[in-house]
Amino acid sequence: MSSRQRLWLFATAIAGFSAFYLWGLAGLPGFGLYPGPYGDVINRIAVGQTNATGVVSAVNFAYRGFDTLGEEFILFVAATGVSLVLRHLRGERERAPRDDAIDRDDSVTTEAITIAALIFVGPTVALGWFLASHAQTSPSGGFQGGAVLGSAFMLIYLGGQFLIFKRISPVAVADAVEAAAAGSFAAVGVAALALGLPYLANILPLGGTPGAVSSSGTIALISFFVGIEVAAAFAVVVSEMLEQTLLVPAGRR
Amino acid sequence: MTFATAAVVTPYTVPLWLMDVLQVTVLVLVAAAATAVVLVRDPVRQVIVLSGYGLLLAVLFLVFQAPDVTLSELSVGAIVLPILVLLALAKVRRREEGDK
Amino acid sequence: MEFFPYIVVAWILAVGLYGIVTSRHLVHQILCLIVVQTSTYVLLLAVGYRRGAVAPYFYDIPRHTPAVDPVVQALALTDVVVEAAVTALLLAIAVQAHKRFGTLDPHELVELRG
Repeated sequence: MSSRQRLWLFATAIAGFSAFYLWGLAGLPGFGLYPGPYGDVINRIAVGQTNATGVVSAVNFAYRGFDTLGEEFILFVAATGVSLVLRHLRGERERAPRDDAIDRDDSVTTEAITIAALIFVGPTVALGWFLASHAQTSPSGGFQGGAVLGSAFMLIYLGGQFLIFKRISPVAVADAVEAAAAGSFAAVGVAALALGLPYLANILPLGGTPGAVSSSGTIALISFFVGIEVAAAFAVVVSEMLEQTLLVPAGRR
Repeated sequence: MTFATAAVVTPYTVPLWLMDVLQVTVLVLVAAAATAVVLVRDPVRQVIVLSGYGLLLAVLFLVFQAPDVTLSELSVGAIVLPILVLLALAKVRRREEGDK
Repeated sequence: MEFFPYIVVAWILAVGLYGIVTSRHLVHQILCLIVVQTSTYVLLLAVGYRRGAVAPYFYDIPRHTPAVDPVVQALALTDVVVEAAVTALLLAIAVQAHKRFGTLDPHELVELRG
């Protein structure tokens, strides 16, 4: 069908869909008038039960830890899928990484960008590590810490140091680290099974004061593993996409 | 069932009407930015607009009292996604230039 | 004000879908899919919001301050990070499609046969 017909079909469909969608949303109690009991119950008991003052991370890794395990494995499978999909097509050869700009006078990346990007690598790694390991105290947690750590790797690439990026995060090592971290998350849950408790029960000591770094048992440990896994997943994905630029199609050169 | 809007017990108290104005403003900006992301057709330019949209979304999540989601959206929407899209586009363009 | 965020959510969803339907470039379609996904984050957080409440972190505020719902925040934050990885997978598929078929136009891709 022509694109004009497609557009008219879409217009009718989206009008009907929006009508139903808004009708359904109008049945909600209104923005800001939160009635539900679940959130209030969690806010009331979470600090007492888990000694973690960051209730969102407590929900993520203790109360709904099984869902987080599932989401983390979605991430793992997506990163593996990228490696799988970007495999060599028949007839492509890989050439070794080399610096194409080494005999040119002007550098591909200006000095200002290189310096600006590389200056921020250290603080970004420190921030990411802090976020990943302090899940129970303040707005932090494994997922956002891992995302910030992953972007530290990308800053190295953005600073023009592609060869250094390839050397410090080769795909094999990043793959292994990601798999190890994802497996450790599952293993922490299995360790609870070994003591006769439900899977992913909080078995480590809860610590004294709520909100201290050593408090809240398995929440801190799981968040640390999740942070490493997310960072490694991002490193794998970017490495795979970068390696694509090295593949040479068959028959050329 | 309406809960009493208790005053916020922190050293920094924001009047309720100011919070409402802030939320409405950022929501309108987010809607406009989403329209802009869709209406820009060239993927390379769209990536930059997407980065700005991610930043606006992070501000929206902060105004909705969700700092964790803000942190995630900032690093993902402003750094990771644009890099991935630009790498894919560079790969496609290199292939097309290699073909000619 | 009570339903304005939900109207914005519906608008973002409709605009993203319009972008997907009328797109002529696979990468543009993927970015419009990202826009549709972000509408769900706004919806999740709008559902859990309580007027006059603070973020649910009781590190330095008294334990029984009214706070917003932490469960929807937990859902939204894992969503954001997983979305990036799934988008990477979609982009890898688009790159491979370009390798096989030589074009990134969804209208032309439909007409090619194996």
